Amino acid sequence: MKTLTTKLFATAGLGITLLLGGCEMPPPESTQWGYRGTGMEGVYYPSTLDELAANNIMPEALPAVPAGGPKSKDVYQNVQVLGDLSVGEFTRLMAAITEWVSPEEGCNYCHVAGEGFAADTLYTKKVARVMIQMTQNANQNWNQHVGGAGVTCYTCHRGKNVPEYVWNINPGHTVAGGMKNQMQNVASVAAGLSSLPIDPFTPYLLDARNGRHAGTTALRDEGGVSLKESEWGYSLMMHFSSALGVNCTYCHNSRAFSRWEESSPQRVTAWHGIRMVREMNNEYVDPTTDWLPPHRLGKLGDAQKVNCETCHQGAYKPLLGANMIKDYPNLARLAQAEPEAPAEDASEDMPETMEMGGMTTGGYQ
Amino acid sequence: MSMMSFEKKYRVRGGTLLGGDLFDFWVGPFYVGFFGITTLFFAVTGTALIFYGAALGDTWNIWRINIAPPDLSYGLGLAPLKEGGLWQIITICATGAFVSWILRQVEISRKLGMGLHVPFAFSFAVLAYVTLVIIRPMLLGAWGHGFPYGIMSHLDWVSNVGYQFLHFHYNPAHMLAVTFFFTTALALSMHGSLILMATNPREGETVKTGEHENTYFRDDIGYSIGALGIHRLGMFVAVSAAFWSAVCIVISGPFWTRGWPEWWNWWLTLPIWY
Repeated sequence: MKTLTTKLFATAGLGITLLLGGCEMPPPESTQWGYRGTGMEGVYYPSTLDELAANNIMPEALPAVPAGGPKSKDVYQNVQVLGDLSVGEFTRLMAAITEWVSPEEGCNYCHVAGEGFAADTLYTKKVARVMIQMTQNANQNWNQHVGGAGVTCYTCHRGKNVPEYVWNINPGHTVAGGMKNQMQNVASVAAGLSSLPIDPFTPYLLDARNGRHAGTTALRDEGGVSLKESEWGYSLMMHFSSALGVNCTYCHNSRAFSRWEESSPQRVTAWHGIRMVREMNNEYVDPTTDWLPPHRLGKLGDAQKVNCETCHQGAYKPLLGANMIKDYPNLARLAQAEPEAPAEDASEDMPETMEMGGMTTGGYQ
Repeated sequence: MSMMSFEKKYRVRGGTLLGGDLFDFWVGPFYVGFFGITTLFFAVTGTALIFYGAALGDTWNIWRINIAPPDLSYGLGLAPLKEGGLWQIITICATGAFVSWILRQVEISRKLGMGLHVPFAFSFAVLAYVTLVIIRPMLLGAWGHGFPYGIMSHLDWVSNVGYQFLHFHYNPAHMLAVTFFFTTALALSMHGSLILMATNPREGETVKTGEHENTYFRDDIGYSIGALGIHRLGMFVAVSAAFWSAVCIVISGPFWTRGWPEWWNWWLTLPIWY
């Protein structure tokens, strides 16, 4: 009997150790997002928050330079998007971009030594030009999403040539002959390691699909979306959560996910964010596909695209809400030389239908 | 109220845990005892406070009455009565009433000279409640983590707390709890139908015996656990359901703050895959 008791305790002890081994220890920190008792709150471990703070330190701004003096377009050749900057400002921005994007390679990441700065020999220089425009467009036209903090190259790049978190259209893994790739039911990195669909980005962040999955009637009326499509939405929301380090209740009261009246203001910001990212991918990233080198393309030959994590990197606001654009006002708006673009009408609904063929993901057909 | 012929022999003095023979008497068919008094006190006080809380609220719609816990900012301190303090006192009353009821069951069991199976099993249901409104809030550092008292509002809380962990079905203890709840329902329905079958014979036939019941299940599933065994099994699956329910919520937050799907990363990174 005594041996049995000892064995029982040993087994129980081992079991508890194993169970807690995969866990964290209390007490965590918690924050309330909704009315008391609704359960709309976030729970965080202090160590996770420390790690987040350490990963989101803003680099020191380069010393400001006077705005006067000759314009860069009059001094340098082939300055297409930053021509209105003074030479001083232009040089300062180039130095900052080098620090943000290619601190190791330096100027030669975009410019060939001995060839002069004007030539567009390297694809990296052409990408930089498009990315500057994309950044300016985000700051100028997507105030509903980036307002208050703005974005610079550093928001995504963080000292890396290519931002750490980008995505390609995911055609899925190969399956045995005669079997169909379900594009789900495997551990999906995009969906926080759940078995939800592996590519929630293509339908929502490239194609203009709406995530309207909740029925409006007690019984499903005609024209609703399928369960499978709803799971794309759930998968995208898993990505939102891991990209921002928040849970579903940061934006939603889960008793009625779809109701704006019961959602938090953050949900409105996110709604604009979806449309902003979609525009970035379609208007800026996709057109580069034709001239990017093969090693920068995905399995299906598409350019590396933007999602929430590209900027947010685990924080509810990129760089924890720090305002970087105030130090680099030249990235805050599109080049003055261009005719003033009409403000993006962000409230315009995207079309309800989309071309499924455009997804080029075999498993969905 | 009349007493059944055999009841007299169970009405024995003694066996009390507290209060000696102070409340050791019956009112009609009901044993009182010290813990009967405390049960009554806590239950009446708590219920009265719920009515008071409902009166303070903006609805008498039974589905929508809501008595919410304090804001998280109050931490583990006391909150003003109308801002969660009421919830705190009601929680004390509920816990007091439930624990009193367990102890009253213990006293009755002692009088009857039987084991403590009934209070043991019931205490797991109470454990689940206490875990939700006392243990977990204390581990998380605020009474505001308890669930609100209201028919719809507590369901909304359950939903949101589940979504705090992105996908609660990936919670391993929740998986066990759900499985035990379903197994309890299955075992009870199989046992219940067997008993109804045995005790309601066709016209002209006699009531069936245990041998008949065993034969039925040996034919049906190849094994009969027996008349005593089914009650042991039933207790095990029911108690396990309540136990793992308590575990699944107490680990959510205090011991794991991220999405439950992510917890399974240990499985995905086992060396057996490489």
